[in-house]
Amino acid sequence: MKLEGKKRIWSEFQKEIPDDHFFYVRSCIRQSFFPGSEQFFLKVLKEDLGKDIFEDPNHTTCTGIGYHGDVVQFDTIQTVVARHFALATEHGYKDVVISCVTSFGIYEEIIETWKHYPETLEKTRENLYKATGRVFDVPDSITHSSDIIYKFKDEIAAKAKFPLIDHVTGEPLRIVEHIGCHYSKMFPKYGVGGAEFPHVLIGMIEAWGGEVIDYPERRHCCGFGFRQYIVQANRGYSLSNSRKKFVSMQPYKPEAIIANCPGCTMFMDKWQYTIKEMDGMTYGQHGQGIPVLTYEELAGIVMGYNPWDLGLQYHNVQSEPLLDKMGIKYDQEEKYLTKDGKKLPVPKDLINA
Amino acid sequence: MENLYTQLLEDVRFEEGLNACMNCGVCTAICPAAEFYNYDPRMIVDMVQTRNDEVIRDLLKSETIWYCGQCMSCKTRCPRGNTPGQIIMALRLLSQKLGYFTESEKGRQQFAVKRTVGDNILEYGYCVPSYDVEPERHPEQGPVWEHIYENLEHFIARAGGELYGKEGPLRRFTPEVMQELRDIFDVTGGLDLFDAIEEASEKKAKEMDMEFTKEGIDCEYFRHVYTFDSGIHFIEEPIMEDHETGR
Repeated sequence: MKLEGKKRIWSEFQKEIPDDHFFYVRSCIRQSFFPGSEQFFLKVLKEDLGKDIFEDPNHTTCTGIGYHGDVVQFDTIQTVVARHFALATEHGYKDVVISCVTSFGIYEEIIETWKHYPETLEKTRENLYKATGRVFDVPDSITHSSDIIYKFKDEIAAKAKFPLIDHVTGEPLRIVEHIGCHYSKMFPKYGVGGAEFPHVLIGMIEAWGGEVIDYPERRHCCGFGFRQYIVQANRGYSLSNSRKKFVSMQPYKPEAIIANCPGCTMFMDKWQYTIKEMDGMTYGQHGQGIPVLTYEELAGIVMGYNPWDLGLQYHNVQSEPLLDKMGIKYDQEEKYLTKDGKKLPVPKDLINA
Repeated sequence: MENLYTQLLEDVRFEEGLNACMNCGVCTAICPAAEFYNYDPRMIVDMVQTRNDEVIRDLLKSETIWYCGQCMSCKTRCPRGNTPGQIIMALRLLSQKLGYFTESEKGRQQFAVKRTVGDNILEYGYCVPSYDVEPERHPEQGPVWEHIYENLEHFIARAGGELYGKEGPLRRFTPEVMQELRDIFDVTGGLDLFDAIEEASEKKAKEMDMEFTKEGIDCEYFRHVYTFDSGIHFIEEPIMEDHETGR
């Protein structure tokens, strides 16, 4: 009896993640700032895990930053997302994988709205048909791309060449994980572990040998705030919220930050540069910054992919201290080469390099 | 009589976002905006639930509805299942539809959001493509971003893509795809909202005696709303200070 009760309670925090045949939609921010992460995700699923994942190049932005920046209406974004569903339907896919936490939250909101207010689904069908002549099925599942990595974390661990362990001391590396507010704060049932026990990144870090840091402001927003970053006059809001997190995590000596959301990854990296420029402060050990990685980048270095092909050199805070601790060998000369091997200038003022 | 409360009720997010609020203040306790701005979402919800159109009109013209960052942390914590962040979204939409947003400094910034993210969507099919993140407007992106911006083609190619290619990161959409996107905006009222923002902003620019252009970001009014900060928005003693000295 007691065990059944426990199972029932925890079932609310578990998420069923499909095993194969995915329709992939990209993120505006991830492809603009971390294109190597999306390319790695597709490659690892197809080549390392042997999965079917399909991307229709005709899928556009979901308009999510415009929606949360309040210049795109709900009817509009529902119809743009319905067009994505129509593309999935046309290609015979029922499980949609989303590369962006903002988009993921919007997909959750739209599907829940359609369930609770069926007339909004009908209106969206009408709008899409009128605008494009397309029809769609509501997908069987929506997952964030990190959910998929989470599902296959043990397969990745089995292929790990460089686990999250200090190769000199043998101690696990201390990692901060940042989930991103829209992953499960709005609709907890869509996230692995819900809003209270978000486990999607914890699962990866622990499976790959690392230790997760708990710190007071762990669940605080990175500070993106949409209009609070888009408009230059408001950026103090965004900076202050990231700084609050850095100050809170600093005593726990994190060796890296892993973020779920492309926006959070970008801000927690860029604001470390800004704070260093403004008042000389850094939050890592020995006066260094804390490298901020996407979960794809983390999986990639664990699996032994070349960190420069993943794009780690394109972060403001450079990852060498982390790579050194993991015992990863890299060639500094290769960092800023073009695909054809031409040498580009090295950016100034790199942190940690 | 404008029947503002009735108009708010037409927004499904408002209907879903507001049950009776008991004013416990948990939303304000968890709110990142309330730590930074002189902002209290609890009060906004309480004002809206008066259903008093004069009170709601004041809100639509106010600075306060523009402080929220839509992290939606309030949704998780409200013991009554309200979502102050969604109520804010409904208020902001109505404020723009009725042209009230230009009455506040923070509201006027919606013109900058429309001319950047809004126009990007219809021009490129992306909200924030790399090539629109100009280093001059984004000094916080730092020298690494300047490097990427100047070598964008190589940056995408190194990741295994092709800038402006037919597929992959930052692919260029066909005219047919862009037309579908525009038609969706047309059919769903998205273009009407853009027009409402443009029209009220042009009127306000004239009132403020500032240069205004019909498109782009190279005009005095854009630069003003994008960068001006009167300094009236912040709390006097940021909670951050207490936090840093230990608690």
